[in-house]
Amino acid sequence: MILLVLEQTLNGLQLGVMLFLMAAGLTLVFGIMNLVNLAHGSLYMVGAYLATTFVLWTGSYVLGVGLALIGTLLVGVAVEVIALRTLYERDHLDQVLATFGLILFFNELIAVLWGRAALYTRLPGWLSGHVQVLPGVRYPLYRALIIAVGLLVAALLWALVTRTRLGMLIRAGASNRTMVAALGVNVRLLFTVVFGIGAALAGLAGLMAGPIYAVQPGMGEQILIQVFVVIVIGGIGSIRGALVGAIVVGMVDTLGRAFLKPMLATVLSPSAADTAGPAIASMSIYLLMAAVLAVRPQGLFPTEARP
Amino acid sequence: MTSPARRAVAIAAGLTVLALVPVAAALVNQPFYVDLFRRILIFAIAAVSLDVILGYGGMVSFGHAAYLGVGAYAVGVLTHHGVHNGYVQWSFAIVVSALVALAIGAVSVRTSGVYFIMITLAFTQMLYYLGLSIEEYGGDDGMRLAARSQFPGVIDLGNSTAFYYLVLAILVAFLYVGHRLVEARFGMLVRAARSNESRARAVGFSPYPYRLVAFVIAGAMCGVAGALLVNHTEYLTPEFMHWTRSGEIMFMVILGGMGTLVGPVLGAVVLLLLEDVLSAWTAHWQIVLGPVLVIAVLFARRGLVGLLDGGARRIGGSASDRGGEPNGGGARRFGGTPPDA
Amino acid sequence: MRRINSVIALASLLALAAGPALAADPVKIGFITSLSGPAGIIGEHMKNSVELALDHLGRKVGGLDVEVIYGDDQRKPDVGKQLADEMLKKHRVHFVSGIIWSNVMLAVAPTVTQAGTFMIGTNAGPHELAGKMCHELFFTTSWQNDETPEAMGKYMQDQKLTDVYAMAPNYAAGKDMIAGFKRSFKGKIVDEVYTKLGQQDYQAEISQIRAKNPKVVFVFYPGDMGIQFLKQYAQSGLREQIPLYSVYTVDEISLPVVKEAALGNWETRYWSPDLKNDANQRYVADYRKKFGKTPSFYGAQSYDGILLIDSAVRAVKGDLSNKKGMIAAMRKADYKSTRGPYTYNVNHFPIQNFYLLRAVKGAGGEEEMQIQKTVFENHKDAYYTECGMKW
Repeated sequence: MILLVLEQTLNGLQLGVMLFLMAAGLTLVFGIMNLVNLAHGSLYMVGAYLATTFVLWTGSYVLGVGLALIGTLLVGVAVEVIALRTLYERDHLDQVLATFGLILFFNELIAVLWGRAALYTRLPGWLSGHVQVLPGVRYPLYRALIIAVGLLVAALLWALVTRTRLGMLIRAGASNRTMVAALGVNVRLLFTVVFGIGAALAGLAGLMAGPIYAVQPGMGEQILIQVFVVIVIGGIGSIRGALVGAIVVGMVDTLGRAFLKPMLATVLSPSAADTAGPAIASMSIYLLMAAVLAVRPQGLFPTEARP
Repeated sequence: MTSPARRAVAIAAGLTVLALVPVAAALVNQPFYVDLFRRILIFAIAAVSLDVILGYGGMVSFGHAAYLGVGAYAVGVLTHHGVHNGYVQWSFAIVVSALVALAIGAVSVRTSGVYFIMITLAFTQMLYYLGLSIEEYGGDDGMRLAARSQFPGVIDLGNSTAFYYLVLAILVAFLYVGHRLVEARFGMLVRAARSNESRARAVGFSPYPYRLVAFVIAGAMCGVAGALLVNHTEYLTPEFMHWTRSGEIMFMVILGGMGTLVGPVLGAVVLLLLEDVLSAWTAHWQIVLGPVLVIAVLFARRGLVGLLDGGARRIGGSASDRGGEPNGGGARRFGGTPPDA
Repeated sequence: MRRINSVIALASLLALAAGPALAADPVKIGFITSLSGPAGIIGEHMKNSVELALDHLGRKVGGLDVEVIYGDDQRKPDVGKQLADEMLKKHRVHFVSGIIWSNVMLAVAPTVTQAGTFMIGTNAGPHELAGKMCHELFFTTSWQNDETPEAMGKYMQDQKLTDVYAMAPNYAAGKDMIAGFKRSFKGKIVDEVYTKLGQQDYQAEISQIRAKNPKVVFVFYPGDMGIQFLKQYAQSGLREQIPLYSVYTVDEISLPVVKEAALGNWETRYWSPDLKNDANQRYVADYRKKFGKTPSFYGAQSYDGILLIDSAVRAVKGDLSNKKGMIAAMRKADYKSTRGPYTYNVNHFPIQNFYLLRAVKGAGGEEEMQIQKTVFENHKDAYYTECGMKW
């Protein structure tokens, strides 16, 4: 039983880490550029598709995902330059709607280019094994790797934001954009770079998700709602909030699915638990968000977004 | 800004065209068009109700479709249990929608901006999953409406044309009610709160209760739309409450022109007709609709109403267009252009 | 100043006023399926099969010219109903066919039959339509939803398998599948788990399975849920210890996506591409040639649907107003079905065989489904006694 709880905790952590990669990019863009980007999920989808295709073409997993990462970065930059620049000065509602239109467009574009059927993906042999994380707990190697990569990225992001000049510019731009521009920094370039980082993060999440999830048009929307829940809980604009929020959401969702029904079965009749368990489990992250917002309406780590 | 008289004439003309749809449909012997436009008008009612809080109150509710579902289920559940009286059913739908809006609003209206969006979205999803799990009422299979709401002696909803005119009448009534609401003191307060909250507070009133009341009224109005919708389709499913449907209604409001009340009607007509026409052409219709919506948002700043008014000159619309933000450091507000004087 | 709404309204009214008059009375068939969105791949299979059937019939149904109007229900019952209304009132179709999803079918079928038009279902088989809501104008070329899991339950019961862990998504079809399974499987069920509809990540559930240690896992995961579950289950390494049995999960649509992750999995179905009869071999070969893929059961059912309509129109010699005649003709199921010969039950659902299938490496090196044995012969669904029709 303890081992099961441990294993489920790892699962929750892994889900949380995936959510973090998506949430970090989204919250970064929101915090720095005040841009709500629903099409973030589409970048995730692009990452998955490019990874699957490049791995197939090059025959090498490492080369394939490397190219996919670069590819997603380029796509992200292109989208920013072409479509999103006009949105920075708009209010959030316009941004939500315009990027929603982008989602529709991207989904169909992918369907036109690759077809509607899901793509075949597989893990390379050297990633398919298991690791003995703890005595008695055999955990899929690939998922353990996802956790490791995610935590590494979190550390790198932290280092970037707090220890580099770019990070300083990001924080300054988040604080007061006009002042930064007045000091001679190319704010436009800064925004493009930040968006590119966000796109790369989404692409990373996508290419890691490819082998385990279904790679098909519309795959971004399913994860997008969860990502929004994460950044709302964590506090929009805060990377630390994204990490905490992601892990909390990942845990609540996973543990809820695993243990809610058995726990309810101790107090309710089995058939009631059968109905209530899955129902509440599917609502759990929304209940969590409502609870957090009721107590802290700006999320766990509120930042101050500026004009 | 066009003169109010010109505006009124345009609106009257538009309503006349809508009133003539059954006549035209009979002329070309295609009764299907009555059904099509009836569905469009029902969604127009939902869109108008959203405009009350979105266009005027600046509350971007992604959960508005929940009331469509609640209203529909109110009628559906009563029918399922043998209560067919329309008056009872629709009153029940209004009351339940208002109560649900009160519950959701009490928690949500305190927040603003993206948080408001997310929390309204979350509540909608919860209701959706709730609907999915209640097997008694069909779960995701949904429920057939055994019989339409009965209004003995007054109207037979089985009569396609009579039903159409009822929907049109309710739409006109809601437009009138909405107009009076936003022009009344209550409405002014809600609009003031949206335009500059701290100033409103400085004048001495707290926007929260007014926003909540607006939210409840909008929810109740949408509940009526739900009752109409379930009578129209004779079938209901939890899909009525899915957040993507909220998105569709929101698009109608934006496309038509936020904060104008008639804009959403126009938006509903255009969007749903476009969907009908496009999906007959190609399975890939979303690749066309997507960019159309993006362009509409980017360049038709005040929606179709804005274009018709000649206000399209205002392409873009920067922060300075909005009624100033002297409370520096506050999160970027949601809102469209200020409503017409 | 353009009046956009009135222009559009006027244009559409004019467009249909200019529509063709019903001179030579072609047969009009309305086909409703999901063409856009993730489920569009299924709709594609169905539409292709309809086209192939028409090709095989020489683009004539019952000797008459034919016009098929396709509608995209977007997986939504109210859109499906609107499409049905449009097909009935605007296009005046003689038959409405198709429909993947049970909830769409429950919204559409009564609308169609109450308007006096034939509803030929080619996938969804909700039990209401097999029982209390059966109707003389409703026929299906597929099955009743419960029958497929009943077959799986029977097979597992006969094999004396026990300690089964059952999983399905938490919606009506998911619950029906497990209920159908339990109708014929009387052994021990370790746990019955319902997951969130549309869930992507099953790692938590897989960990639970590992902890409970059943002997067999039985699932129902259609579409992309299936693809994800199959991949993750194989990656967990459990598949070798705990074999996976499923319904509507491993099929010709998901198999090319998961490939070796589903090798060795078991399913039950009424049909398989390798079913040996003339009609099926022709259908499968021509489908592969024309579309480059192996057809799925969704397609086979849709193909049969067109042939069924053809047999009826042929029997009344093109007199489409002779509905009683067409009903009588359809009841005979007198056409070359891809499943081989079958008969209709009183509720207009087929009485047919169900087979055990396994995913194996075919002759060409590709994974495919192959029939292992017959589980049910001439099986009837569990609801026909509730149907009041007699003939």
